[in-house]
Amino acid sequence: MPDRSTISRRTALGLLAAPLIRPALRIQPQSIITKPIPSTGEALPVIGIGSWITFNVGNDREARNACTEVMRNFFELGGKMIDSSPMYGSAQEVIGYGLNRLGNPDALFSADKVWITSTARGASQIENSRELWGVPQFDLMQVHNLRSWEGHLETLHAMKASGSLRYVGITTSEGRRHSLFEEVMQTQPLDFIQVSYNILNRRVEERILPIAQERGIAVIINRPFQQGNLIRRMKRQRLPDWASEAGATNWAEFLLKFIVSHPAVTCAIPATSQVRHVKENMAAATGELPTEAMRQRMIDYVEAL
Amino acid sequence: MSEWWTYRLSDFLLFSADTYYRLFELYNTAIWPAHIVVLVLSGLWFYFLIRPKPWSGKLLFTFLGTTWLWIAWGYHVSHFTSVNWAASYYAIGFALEGLLLILAGGSGKARPIPSNTHWTSRVGTGLIGFGLILQPLIVLLSGRPWTQIELFALAPDPTVIATLGILLLVGRIRWLLLPIPIIWCLISSATLWTMGASEFWMTLCAAGVALFAVRPVHKKPYSVY
Ligand SMILES: NC(=O)c1ccc[n+]([C@@H]2O[C@H](COP(=O)([O-])OP(=O)(O)OC[C@H]3O[C@@H](n4cnc5c(N)ncnc54)[C@H](OP(=O)(O)O)[C@@H]3O)[C@@H](O)[C@H]2O)c1
Repeated sequence: MPDRSTISRRTALGLLAAPLIRPALRIQPQSIITKPIPSTGEALPVIGIGSWITFNVGNDREARNACTEVMRNFFELGGKMIDSSPMYGSAQEVIGYGLNRLGNPDALFSADKVWITSTARGASQIENSRELWGVPQFDLMQVHNLRSWEGHLETLHAMKASGSLRYVGITTSEGRRHSLFEEVMQTQPLDFIQVSYNILNRRVEERILPIAQERGIAVIINRPFQQGNLIRRMKRQRLPDWASEAGATNWAEFLLKFIVSHPAVTCAIPATSQVRHVKENMAAATGELPTEAMRQRMIDYVEAL
Repeated sequence: MSEWWTYRLSDFLLFSADTYYRLFELYNTAIWPAHIVVLVLSGLWFYFLIRPKPWSGKLLFTFLGTTWLWIAWGYHVSHFTSVNWAASYYAIGFALEGLLLILAGGSGKARPIPSNTHWTSRVGTGLIGFGLILQPLIVLLSGRPWTQIELFALAPDPTVIATLGILLLVGRIRWLLLPIPIIWCLISSATLWTMGASEFWMTLCAAGVALFAVRPVHKKPYSVY
């Protein structure tokens, strides 16, 4: 069930504790829609942020600062989860740069992945990623695209047992390896899964989302805008007059609210390199979420375009 | 990679067009004013190509090989790897081609013979001109700032296109030297196309033209030289 929580005083103070030389985050206490992580009940805002392509800017100082501004706005608007992977070029390092400049916001929910064939080298890859982020430990570590999943899950569960990791998950995208994915969901103790889902690609509704609900697994949605293609296409279309009834004032909200209003979905992680887009996307974590009947109306409208 | 058929080129692109172009800007800033020296050397290089001397082959291929080695290190390793882990493999390919070009020049087997009468030779000279002058100009005319210019001997695409051109002017040794430039053209074109960059056709066409024009060497030399 979605919940409406106000950002805690502790979080706000943590965010404000950035070193004085850096412009401090101006966290606006506002009503943010959150959903609980089933395995612990911890509340997560329904919108997080991804980092594929958008945060891979290398050593370009100007671009790194622009990414930092995106992160600043994300946190100021109540965001928590940032998702990355060692596969995303310099994205982890750029996140680390931004977090450092923002004074390592307390609000951060760090979600990264292990992505290496050798399971023996999984732990050292995770440690390397942790150093790049500059965090004491990760909140969530996921096995990227089920690569060498058996060995990596062993490592992750051992890390969780020892207290150096809070949550364990697996990821896939675009419907790949779904039968194996389902099998792992059924047989392994998982806190999170990450899959692709959007208003035009609803394949996970059939089996993956029901299994997640049944097994009490939190669900992160990647590719909510089909790598930008979906939202760019929709922005050329007219937003329906009744969109406000679905709690949406623009296409980003429309598409994201559709996703996070599915009862099994915990959050969506659209990636962006632009402050105005992160503002649009974070607005989807405020206001009302569409009802079941409204979701069907949204599908019918978009499919008819 | 399981279910490989479900992957699209965009699943492998790690960076945006903006980031890719900014990389050239940062690279150019880092090596400035090397451009001036390189422009002079490129002019001389072209002069010795169209006015060949007995030692031209050695000189032309040693210079060309050196530019490949430089790009392997100066561009791929020092810049491109910062956003693309695959660039370390590109660097290996460029270094290998650089060494092959230098060895081919040293062996005396790579002697470019431009001719006005044979069309393969004209295509080769045309590709060299394209790499040296037109490719950088077209990139600029596409609206990118001049600080992002891609120059022969410094940036991969114009250097590779000019290399394809010179390989059309030499004998059988070309078969050893052609694969890496052709592979690069395909990689570069696919990268630009996936990024949505309009200039993706340049390396693709250069590879197509070179493959079309290349064919078993005539017994007699093309030219009077
Ligand atoms: N297997 C896996 O584990 C896996 C696979 C895929 C993705 N992921 C994760 O999921 C995240 C999201 O997926 P994605 O990045 O592939 O695709 P996405 O979030 O569906 O789309 C990102 C694109 O949407 C554009 N965009 C974002 N907000 C917008 C807005 N309000 N208006 C217009 N355009 C907007 C961005 O462009 P601008 O920069 O111009 O805003 C960007 O090009 C990734 O970043 C990654 O962290 C994981």
